[in-house]
Amino acid sequence: MENYRIDPSKGMEFGIYTLGDHLANPHTGERISAQERVQQLVRLAQLADQAGLDFFSVGESHQPYFASQAHAVILAAIAQATEKIKIGSSSTIISTSDPVRVYENFATLDLLSGGRAEIVAGRASRVGLFELLGYDLHDYEALFEEKFDLLLQINQEEVVNWSGEFRKPLRNAQVLPRPVEGSLPIWRAVGGTPASAIKAGYAGVPMITAMLGGPASVFKRTIDAYREALTARGFDATQIPVATTGFFYAAETTQEALRDYYPHINEGMKKTNGQGFPKQLFAQAQDHRSIINVGSPQQIIEKILYQHEQFGHQRYLAQLDFGGVPFEKMERNIELIGTEILPAIKKYTKQGGTDA
Amino acid sequence: MRVVGLAGSIVGSKTKTAMSLLWEEMLKAYPDADHELLDLADYKLQFSDGRNYLEYTGDTAYVTQKLMEADILFIGTPIFQASIPGTLKNVFDLLPTQAFRDKVAGIVVTAGSAKHYLVAEQQLKPILSYMKAHIVASYVFVEEKDFLNGNVINDDVHLRLQRLAEDAFDLAEAQLSVREKREAEYDF
Repeated sequence: MENYRIDPSKGMEFGIYTLGDHLANPHTGERISAQERVQQLVRLAQLADQAGLDFFSVGESHQPYFASQAHAVILAAIAQATEKIKIGSSSTIISTSDPVRVYENFATLDLLSGGRAEIVAGRASRVGLFELLGYDLHDYEALFEEKFDLLLQINQEEVVNWSGEFRKPLRNAQVLPRPVEGSLPIWRAVGGTPASAIKAGYAGVPMITAMLGGPASVFKRTIDAYREALTARGFDATQIPVATTGFFYAAETTQEALRDYYPHINEGMKKTNGQGFPKQLFAQAQDHRSIINVGSPQQIIEKILYQHEQFGHQRYLAQLDFGGVPFEKMERNIELIGTEILPAIKKYTKQGGTDA
Repeated sequence: MRVVGLAGSIVGSKTKTAMSLLWEEMLKAYPDADHELLDLADYKLQFSDGRNYLEYTGDTAYVTQKLMEADILFIGTPIFQASIPGTLKNVFDLLPTQAFRDKVAGIVVTAGSAKHYLVAEQQLKPILSYMKAHIVASYVFVEEKDFLNGNVINDDVHLRLQRLAEDAFDLAEAQLSVREKREAEYDF
């Protein structure tokens, strides 16, 4: 795990991820400016850092209702504004970028932040960026696989010799600067299905997987399939981390949490995905088996510990700012995480027993 | 209630004739309905390439977004090679997997022969179910001998189309009230 800067003896890592969505607050109908939104992300990361969270990441999206097109630039501002928290992308769409440029950006981010930068590489769930950035959608899979491989090679080799289909060959190329410790943690973003997780397992890279709704035990199948694929290819599954992500919102009572957050999710999904989030599915967040971590702090603690028992994952990332959540509510969430949720999660997931 | 009809073929006239008749009958009973009848022959749709429906442009964006906005859908289909036409299947392929969640779907089938009666039952309904539609159980099957010179001459088809419209509206209202009742119980 140390290759990935993770120390399991300290308990499961807890972080926040944002897609950088830029949507109206459905409770008021008002949308802040893009400027305010990107500055908000920096302040949110600062709060997360001060509250002792482990990780903060920003996604890359190139479509209306998002402000995170230049996610690496936002992360640079975050690097400057924070001290200890690890930072990364969630995800970087490697398919439509040059891996050399991505690596240069994130290695620089690592230098600026004192060795805190990571890359999560993904394939994009929306595909408008292929046209915007000049790529052919027919190459969706091939672009990702080739560019992700190159990114990994650049991370491992100081002098790169490479040739492929989608960019000119590299001959004795030095990709500089190098990160603080010589390499960066690089994760593969995976959709919910085992089929996609298996590909990450075959490559022997850490996996981060999104979980929108449904019972933890079903998502466990994805994680099991990933670890089986790792083992089948001769990797040590105990040494490669798994991270999960999902909706998160804490309030004093479960009812208040559901009431506060549901309109953000529902209206936000309508705008960004074309369909709302079923209220019935959201209501099932009250069941301890549901993956949606929305509720009172105590309920969330129980759910995350239950998920940890199922998955044995090393990092959980909460999405608590989706759909125009007002900043004071984000602040309140960070406060509840820092004072109640995080200490309990750490205490019970530390290696060496539950009463440590 | 927003009502959208789709005549799912780009050739021939019978499906469009039957759908137009459905529209006449429906508007007699529900004159205030917010409605639009789409004939695929009027649009140029691209083949589905798996992207989110919001990312298509032109006619493809127009038709998919109209369907997604509907509360009640009426799907009109001819039978080609013992199945629905590829043009109609492509429309379904363009939409998200659960595109018809909280929507009611009624079906009108036109066919050259009565031998095709079960095609909608066995091939169209499973698609609509998979996409989460509440399907009006009975559909209207109209065959070659029911048409003459671009008109439907079988009175029974007129009456069955009336009933299809009523059943679709009733089902939509019932589903809406059940959903509202359940969601009110959630109290959030």
